[in-house]
Amino acid sequence: MPHDGHDHEHENSELSPIALRVKALESLLVEKGYVDPAALDVLIDTYETKIGPRNGAKVVAKAWTDPAFADWLKKDATAAIESVGYSGRQGEHMVAVFNTPEIHNMVVCTLCSCYPWPVLGLPPVWYKSPPYRSRAVIDPRSVLAEFGMTLAETTKVSVWDSTAEIRYLVIPMRPANTEGMSEEQLAAIVNRDSMIGTRLAG
Amino acid sequence: MNPPAEEPVFNEPWEAQAFAMVVKLHEGGAFTWNEWADILGAEIKSSDAPYCEHWLAALEKIVEAKGLISRMERLSRVDAWDRAAQATPHGQPIELTRS
Repeated sequence: MPHDGHDHEHENSELSPIALRVKALESLLVEKGYVDPAALDVLIDTYETKIGPRNGAKVVAKAWTDPAFADWLKKDATAAIESVGYSGRQGEHMVAVFNTPEIHNMVVCTLCSCYPWPVLGLPPVWYKSPPYRSRAVIDPRSVLAEFGMTLAETTKVSVWDSTAEIRYLVIPMRPANTEGMSEEQLAAIVNRDSMIGTRLAG
Repeated sequence: MNPPAEEPVFNEPWEAQAFAMVVKLHEGGAFTWNEWADILGAEIKSSDAPYCEHWLAALEKIVEAKGLISRMERLSRVDAWDRAAQATPHGQPIELTRS
């Protein structure tokens, strides 16, 4: 490997202060039997490769193509989403909020960053940022404008504040000219941000 | 109609470890998700540090509050890892027994 111009002051290893803190916690929790190191690895792999916004996209595409499922989602999103195979680890209650020409929904967590992990994976950096958390509630339209979304004057914006118990999933409006598309093709055009309410689907 | 490129789930390995420890401790019944959200929320309000650092600080607090790991135990283990790292030649796995 070519030399990168960085002077190595240490012959020996060094861990960052944060890495040291994490290693300390992990080694103690493992020794005391509170966590199993192999289970930690499996969990990380699952979140990195299996759980993500594609899960939510499948739920949205199903809601667009199956009116009975959409109804179920409106009445009991936790059960409807579980029927597709996604259930929460924290026992959280899921609520699906449907966008219409009259109402645009967007989701925030003002306190920390509660997020519907089973259907969207882990939250994006901007969702966890203080400006989004504070401004989404005070001035949602200007936040949406920064995401490139301009809503009609007549469209009302509903901002849903997630909690540890209730997580919201936005069901975006089905884009025009998608009548002939299959559920699978539709799922491919549902982007993550549209399920948080900061972007349109398609 | 292109979905945006999705950012990496974890930026650094320690973020993934800290995340997994919280989820597994919760699953094991060490604390409720509400208790976790309260501690994490308070941590986030207390400073402008990046989110993942809040997460780690909240984890340190909740294991102490729940009596799983005392502060002294934790700090002396941090110190032990630090000494182990510095005693390990570059490129070799760092093990606590080296300290």
